[in-house]
Amino acid sequence: MAYPQNYKYTREHEWIEAAGNHGTIGITDYAQNSLGDIVFVDAPKVGATVTKGEVFGSVESVKAVSDLYSPASGTVTEVNEALKDSPEKLNTEAHSAWIIKVELSNPGELDALLSAADYEQFIAEEGGK
Amino acid sequence: MRYLPKSDAERAAMLRDIGVGSIDELFSAIPEEYRLARDLNAPRQMGESEIVDHFKAAAQKNANGYTSFLGAGAYRHYRPVVIDTIVQRGEFLTSYTPYQAEITQGTLQAIFEFQTMICELTGMDIANASMYDGSTGAAEAVMMAVRVTGRDGVLVARTAHPEYREVMHTYAQHQGHEAREVGYGPDGRIDLSALEQAVTEETACVLVQSPNFLGIIEDIPAIAEIAHKKDALLIVSIAEAVSLGIVRPPVEADIVSMEAQSFGVALSYGGPYCGVIAAKEKYLRQMPGRLVGETTDTQGRRGFVLTLSTREQHIRREKATSNICTNQALVALMATVFLTVYGKQGIRELALQNLSKAKYAADTLGKHGKLLFAGTPRFHEFVLQTEDPPKQINVRLLEKKIIGGLPLKKWYPELGNASLWCATELTTKDQIDAAAAVLASAPVAATAR
Amino acid sequence: MAFTGTTRKVTAHLTQNEALSFEKSAPGKKGYKLAPLDVPEADASALLGDSVRSNEPMLPELSEIEIIRHFTRLSTWNYAIDLGMYPLGSCTMKYNPRVNEFVSRLEGIAEAHPYQPEALSQGLLEIIKLLQDCLLDITGMHAITLQPAAGAHGEFTGILLARAWHESKGNPRKTILIPDSAHGTNPATAASCGYQIINLKSNEQGGVDVAALAEIVNEDTAAMMLTNPSTIGVFEHEIHKIADVLHAKGALLYMDGANMNALVGKTRPGDFGVDVMHLNLHKTFSTPHGGGGPGSGPVACKDFLEPFLPTPVLAQGPDGLLHWNYDRPQSVGRVRMLYGNFGMFVRALAYILANGPDGLRQTTEDAVLNANYIRKKLEDVYELPYPTASMHEVVFSDKRQVKNRVKTGDIAKRLIDYGFHPYTTSFPLIVPGALMIEPTESESREELDLFIDAMRQIAREAEENPELVTSAPHSTRISRLDETTAARKPVLRWHKPVVRWKTPGPNDPVEIGTPAKEW
Repeated sequence: MAYPQNYKYTREHEWIEAAGNHGTIGITDYAQNSLGDIVFVDAPKVGATVTKGEVFGSVESVKAVSDLYSPASGTVTEVNEALKDSPEKLNTEAHSAWIIKVELSNPGELDALLSAADYEQFIAEEGGK
Repeated sequence: MRYLPKSDAERAAMLRDIGVGSIDELFSAIPEEYRLARDLNAPRQMGESEIVDHFKAAAQKNANGYTSFLGAGAYRHYRPVVIDTIVQRGEFLTSYTPYQAEITQGTLQAIFEFQTMICELTGMDIANASMYDGSTGAAEAVMMAVRVTGRDGVLVARTAHPEYREVMHTYAQHQGHEAREVGYGPDGRIDLSALEQAVTEETACVLVQSPNFLGIIEDIPAIAEIAHKKDALLIVSIAEAVSLGIVRPPVEADIVSMEAQSFGVALSYGGPYCGVIAAKEKYLRQMPGRLVGETTDTQGRRGFVLTLSTREQHIRREKATSNICTNQALVALMATVFLTVYGKQGIRELALQNLSKAKYAADTLGKHGKLLFAGTPRFHEFVLQTEDPPKQINVRLLEKKIIGGLPLKKWYPELGNASLWCATELTTKDQIDAAAAVLASAPVAATAR
Repeated sequence: MAFTGTTRKVTAHLTQNEALSFEKSAPGKKGYKLAPLDVPEADASALLGDSVRSNEPMLPELSEIEIIRHFTRLSTWNYAIDLGMYPLGSCTMKYNPRVNEFVSRLEGIAEAHPYQPEALSQGLLEIIKLLQDCLLDITGMHAITLQPAAGAHGEFTGILLARAWHESKGNPRKTILIPDSAHGTNPATAASCGYQIINLKSNEQGGVDVAALAEIVNEDTAAMMLTNPSTIGVFEHEIHKIADVLHAKGALLYMDGANMNALVGKTRPGDFGVDVMHLNLHKTFSTPHGGGGPGSGPVACKDFLEPFLPTPVLAQGPDGLLHWNYDRPQSVGRVRMLYGNFGMFVRALAYILANGPDGLRQTTEDAVLNANYIRKKLEDVYELPYPTASMHEVVFSDKRQVKNRVKTGDIAKRLIDYGFHPYTTSFPLIVPGALMIEPTESESREELDLFIDAMRQIAREAEENPELVTSAPHSTRISRLDETTAARKPVLRWHKPVVRWKTPGPNDPVEIGTPAKEW
């Protein structure tokens, strides 16, 4: 699956799509692929604060739990309720099935994240380990 | 040694195959100064008949042949013979946690039946595969409520089993929440106005036991209303599971923590027993312990499997819902067989017999003392207040090979010379009358009603 | 079923289908008969008022023969030690002697009420006393509690003791050190006692790096939780140095006794520097695993931790009578009601008496002998990640088989077709694709050779016909259940089916068992 050029990426395999001070956050295709069938998404509530680099939730497969690290700081404005009943969307549409939307408190933070090309190079190295 | 399937010649041959000269070479990683150079200080190897004799001798030195009116969280009910027939089948007795579903469907299906039965009895949506016992189950239920609500205030009825309360306190002290107690009123139930004052926006849960330690059935709907008004959870702890045959299930509760010992589990001087946690479905992700779920295999055939294990310690490690690993599967199987034997009608009939025997016992013994909380609904236990200290009365009863009620002074000094009596379906009218006769011969009966 | 080689251990045979008990139920059937009431029947509605139960629980209604068949049929779907080798590493699936079961059911033992007078419980208390004395000599410790209900519960108790001792000196401290090879209960336990966990990376031999440890231990360290022998079955030969490093900073050494069956009669944790430890009576001392419990997790400790043991502790009066002492002002409190899983104490003691000192030592030696025999006979076909000497279990990895896309979980499932229970898969976490094999002392050379044959044939199949292994098992009632759907849409209880007026189509799955009854 292609990694959208307009997204930014973390080394913990989250993506963020930003427009002004609005950010949409999900996990990458590489992440869903290494987790396997996702069975549950634990997301924060609307109004919660998330901090760049810190855990804001988790995704679970049958036999593993993976923490979600926020690519940016801000306040949660929306949670993707569809994932409650259909967590498999993270497997089938990783780059459009978002987990949370955030009002960014410091959009400048995103500059330090990886571009699509950098991320693809990063996972190529990860996979080769 | 009869459990070891090897001759010395085979041992020697295996050592040769491994390529070592002696068994001690295989222990060479243990530094010499820490190797034990002597025999262990344990009794010498015994023949099987000697082992049986040893335990028969020990068994003789106990309360054999005594009539007992003890309950207080450990109940004497009849255990249908088929229970031991089934749990002693090697395929149940000597298998382990059903990690490999293909060759453990027997255990898995039995647990699925157990979970279903517990839901039916308690009125909850989900139940786990078991916990260690009622006391640790109550402590785990409290921690579950703390996780669900994100609050840290815990209110526990003083009428909950005193040893359950001690265990909850031990668990709570390093979890950052403090369990506060709420007293009881003149009717033996939790003091609703005190509870109302105690519940705040910081309260994670209210835990009550019903029937409570004094034998009284709590007013669950009223307690639930108070707790829920402040969005606190209600945990109902049940120490006497047979009561559910005739007592209304605590459907208003958010979590039910139950001790299932009464379902065909031997008293066995305090264990092993069988705890279980049941809850409303929305709390599924915070449930501790193993869960068995139904699914299908590659051919579409129905099968059962351990599920939602990401909550557990082997995956989540320090973030797990609990450190519990081993539970009480074989004891839960006893309970499952028991409930299958009694079934829909039997469980009610059994509970009704308990209720009837206890009513007769309370009426009869109550003539020789004061029956406390007499007007409040109770199941099969009652508190008798006497002129003489219960310990003195019990000495007189023991002369007739009767173990009387449990003295309550240690836990409820305010009740004076009070003791807790229990009658079950196994208690006979003659036994009750015999105990009453001893009480009648007591120096003085208290202000009898 | 195709086999690359042959299997001498098993032959397929028929097993009975069996529905859920609820599906077999029919109104009016009974499996019980109560004695007639000898007192007047109570009026439940009058006595209980609003608290009376108005609905009937949906419990099955079956006769006794149906109940016996139901559970007997279910039992035949299980694998068990009684059927053959059960090499589940770290779980110690040894023989469960039947005399243990017999004596635990004697009247006076099985029917003893926990609150019956102590004077009428002396036989029970003597059982506890003798078991405690034996376990103390086996471990080389000074004091013990039998209250914890299982191993993880024992860990919890042990860490509470450590915490209480630190608190008594004015500072509970903050952290617990845990090697990355540890069982998941260790970090879960430390967290539930209010500690932060510091993970210790294992060294190249899979053991504790003492130099690295020395740099990490400080005044915040409350204790280290160490499994010895470790989860890769290796004795920490620098164990005393580890203890010294911890003690020098005032920290304690907790030993997870899950693998104590490799040490009994050969060495004692109390002698090599352990301060507090738990035992698993269902592992080392042969009490039955029962499909996942009951366990029992006694905790033994050194003298200085004794004041903190859970209440009550067993004591002996000047008259020689045994009693429970509740006057323990420094105790951590209760971890369980009553005294623990007494029925397991009886079984464990029966096991110790059947063995005696010589039998206990021989048992340990045979367990280690069996593990090393398997190691020797399989090390040319399976990768040994750590060449360090094995004690009671051996850990291989699937490194060579993964090349053909055959993983440890597949080899495990394929073992089922050969008539064995799988070994422990994917643990410890420090070994990618681990095969953790613990034969225990209970296996004859003949059974071990059959297992070795099976493992070697599977290794060949992985080379020649990997698909056969990755699609295993082929011989079981069901194969490879859909765990994903089970987790996504949990069905955790049975519901009475809703009748659907639809004729099954030709492609609808055929159900195993009788179809659900319509009520």
